[in-house]
Amino acid sequence: MPGISYPPDSSDERGPQFVRIAELRRMPLTFVLDGRTVSALNGDTVLTAILTQQRQVRQSEFSGEPRAGFCLIGACQDCWVRSEDGTRLRACSTLLAEGMRIVTRGAAWDVNAGLAAGAASIISAASTTSPDGTAP
Amino acid sequence: MTQQPRVVIVGAGPAGVRAAETLVAAGVRPVVLDENARWGGQIYRQPPANASFERSKQALYGFEARKADALHTTMATLLPHLDYRPDTLAWACGRGRLDTLHAGREIGVPFSHLIIASGATDRVLPVPGWTLPGVYTLGGAQVALKSQGCAIGRRVVLAGTGPLLYLVAYQYVKAGAQIAAVLDTSALSQQIAAAPKLARQPATLAKGLYYMGWLQARGVRIERDVKLAGIDGELHVRAIRWQASRRSADSETLACDAVGLGFGLRPETQLADLAGCRFRFDAQNRCWLPELDAAGRSSVPGIYLAGDGAGIAGADAAELAGRRTTLAVLDDLSIAHPRGANLPDVASLERRLQRIAIFRQGIETAFTPPADCASQWPDGMTVCRCEEVDAKTLRHCIRSGAASEINRLKALTRVGMGRCQGRMCGEAALALLSAETGKPLEAVGRLRSQPPVKPIPISPALYADGVAAIPEEARDE
Amino acid sequence: MNKPLHYDVAIAGGGLVGASSALALAKAGLRVGLFERRFCGAQASGVNYGGVRCQGRPAEQMPLAMRARRVWDRLPELIGIDGEFVVSGHLRLARKESDLAALERWAQMAREHGLEAQLLGGETFRRRYPWLGTAAIGGSLCASDGHANPRLVSPAFARAARAAGADIREQTELSEISHDGTRFQLRAGELHFTSDWLINSAGAWANRIAASFGETVPMKPIYPNMWVTEPLPLFITHNLGVYGGGVYARQVARGNCVVGGGRGQGDGEYGQPSTDTTRAVMRDACALLPALRGALLIRTWSGVEGETPDSNPVIGASRAVPRLLHAFGFSGGGFLLAPGVGEVLADLVVHGSTATPLEAFAIDRFATVSTPSLHAL
Repeated sequence: MPGISYPPDSSDERGPQFVRIAELRRMPLTFVLDGRTVSALNGDTVLTAILTQQRQVRQSEFSGEPRAGFCLIGACQDCWVRSEDGTRLRACSTLLAEGMRIVTRGAAWDVNAGLAAGAASIISAASTTSPDGTAP
Repeated sequence: MTQQPRVVIVGAGPAGVRAAETLVAAGVRPVVLDENARWGGQIYRQPPANASFERSKQALYGFEARKADALHTTMATLLPHLDYRPDTLAWACGRGRLDTLHAGREIGVPFSHLIIASGATDRVLPVPGWTLPGVYTLGGAQVALKSQGCAIGRRVVLAGTGPLLYLVAYQYVKAGAQIAAVLDTSALSQQIAAAPKLARQPATLAKGLYYMGWLQARGVRIERDVKLAGIDGELHVRAIRWQASRRSADSETLACDAVGLGFGLRPETQLADLAGCRFRFDAQNRCWLPELDAAGRSSVPGIYLAGDGAGIAGADAAELAGRRTTLAVLDDLSIAHPRGANLPDVASLERRLQRIAIFRQGIETAFTPPADCASQWPDGMTVCRCEEVDAKTLRHCIRSGAASEINRLKALTRVGMGRCQGRMCGEAALALLSAETGKPLEAVGRLRSQPPVKPIPISPALYADGVAAIPEEARDE
Repeated sequence: MNKPLHYDVAIAGGGLVGASSALALAKAGLRVGLFERRFCGAQASGVNYGGVRCQGRPAEQMPLAMRARRVWDRLPELIGIDGEFVVSGHLRLARKESDLAALERWAQMAREHGLEAQLLGGETFRRRYPWLGTAAIGGSLCASDGHANPRLVSPAFARAARAAGADIREQTELSEISHDGTRFQLRAGELHFTSDWLINSAGAWANRIAASFGETVPMKPIYPNMWVTEPLPLFITHNLGVYGGGVYARQVARGNCVVGGGRGQGDGEYGQPSTDTTRAVMRDACALLPALRGALLIRTWSGVEGETPDSNPVIGASRAVPRLLHAFGFSGGGFLLAPGVGEVLADLVVHGSTATPLEAFAIDRFATVSTPSLHAL
């Protein structure tokens, strides 16, 4: 449509969703987001910590479309993520702890996390956008 | 009384805190269950503790700073006199017992008297593209700022209707965030028509007008009487489209990277449903509410409701109702009402509640959710976020005659079957049923709540303590 | 004065048994009136576990079960949808050696009825099912069993029956049922009907109808406790049960794991899940399926089923009234059987007999003394 100027792609697509506009003088924390070490601030919820780095929190298990939470008060249940050890976390109502290892891409649930070693025959989730995830 | 009363309050917002205050003043020691980490509820939500959040109450709550501070301080002084349990989810309610989850552990909380002060969430009506990253509820946009010091995006549009629209816009601009536009689906004429009723709470009305005037003075774009058409973007919000409905059929588009969406509030009534309360349809709230007497007693002896969880009336009414309902609990316990400067009597409380009730009628007139939005929703629009059920699936099921009622529609299409149990899609599904069948909202059923009220993790800690084995006669294969 | 509407067959109760009977009879060209006081398939038929299982049934149920199982293969042709029926196989797990021996004995019996089940154990079993907890040492796999979506299947039978010409009357409670010596007289409020035959398929409430003809059954309502998880990556490859019972689990194509076990509570009209039972089943389910730990449980429910002392249904002719057929009391195992029961009842109406043996399901097998009907024959 003429006259519409979208913010330029490069600054936008990989940029954060949330913008910090206050309370910047808090103690920094680091955590691991999809394998990358990134920083956050003490007092951030897991949701804030993720969304000040990127624009998605999880992928829909059906369409694979990205989601980034919705209600921020623990009602919509759209911000459940997992940590690398398999723990389920509701991002908007969980405070970020130093060193947390959060996964936002691929299957929201790692079947292997709950199993004994040698789970070779697990069928992975129907996620079209993630190259990782459990072995077929 | 032969048995010790066990009074439990669910919720530590304005209603829950004033209920606790009244009980403690009367010599009762209640249990207060709070799903959040800190008391305050939604409107008086506090940022996380022990994290060096610096903003003053003035900065956080604006004109409500004094009320917020009073509520927070009250609860702080009450702490030694009650059993406050934060981070505790009450996920089921049986006869005389709540099932609660705290830190991964299961704790049964018995009660003889239960005050449900569970509050509200945003009333959500979908817009095409509403599942994109960057779309949040209006309340969510407010929480991001209040509790985390964040704006939901760099260039935010607030859309929908309700007084919250203007309050959040004001708060965002005041804090230095960029509001590209405020899109109100209600017409100015509605708001003017509601003025006489709104004038029953002159201070509140004045604040609302102040926010609107303040925004206008700063050149924030405000459009009224709009028809929201869609939110565009591939992987996240890029723009929002709408029609200025009366003036022309032309569509307008505005670039943005976040949308705060809301159409008022809806009460959280799942616990009351699980507790067995009878419901009635409330035209003003446009939803089913637990039947209550004037004092807040439900149809189940020993179960009471107060605050927005009983019907939307705002924070001031919630404080009053928390007090008023608790006086009824004390009556039922044959305990004398506490007396004191800060402890109003029933007559005073009911007078003030009545004034607010008329004001609320004004609010509903001023900010009525769009009437026929359901028929405008494109077939491809997602209605149920959790299960990704689109409007086409719902229409097809309803039109085939297979479902004319919400629980049936849920069973056949999965709408409302996901993690949020219908909180975000229930209104829309009912609106579709009403639009497609031609039946009014109260005739298309009430979505039945099922435990758990919110998802609970399947955890060993949940059953560690003394969980009985399945009896022989119940061992089906 | 309006003559009452007459049906060849009236059916009381619109669950899967009633609906499949209505379909079979309508297709045979009979005038059928089905009366359901709420919505078809909304009670036990709609909220049950969803297992379509021949394995584990007693010998006397096998002919009926095998016949019913053949109907399940024809769902798309019969009701226009597949009801999400998946032939996943049913794996009945053993926790100890004596369980395996019992499973072997059952497999031998089943073979005589034409049903194959494969016993698995040891290393083969462990390698094949790494996602099963160590409490299971082996099991019996009946590859032709499976599971389906009860919410879809039962209403679909009712819709198909309507399309085949049956009068399906929902939200229509029969207030009076009697026999005048020639035919059945039925009233639903102001409405008056008559019929030559009556099928009593009123599920957990069928005893009331039986009682009005003087033949009650020692049936009690039970409330199976169910819960379901959020969608998870697919890892449970069969419909699972445990020999000796206690917990059963299946995973649907969308990923949710449906887990049943134990009892909820109820008042005979409605069933509610029990949080104590849910917790007990969580423990047993995690022992069975360690991968469930930490997954989210999003909903619990229950329903009302009629259970008889021998856990066999009541199917067949009334001993008190001609042309009254009973079909109820499925004791939690009716989902597989119901489409077959519909055919069997149609046989009885149309041909006066059926090849499927029903002696074990006779209404008078409980040796209760039936009181004479209040209505003269």
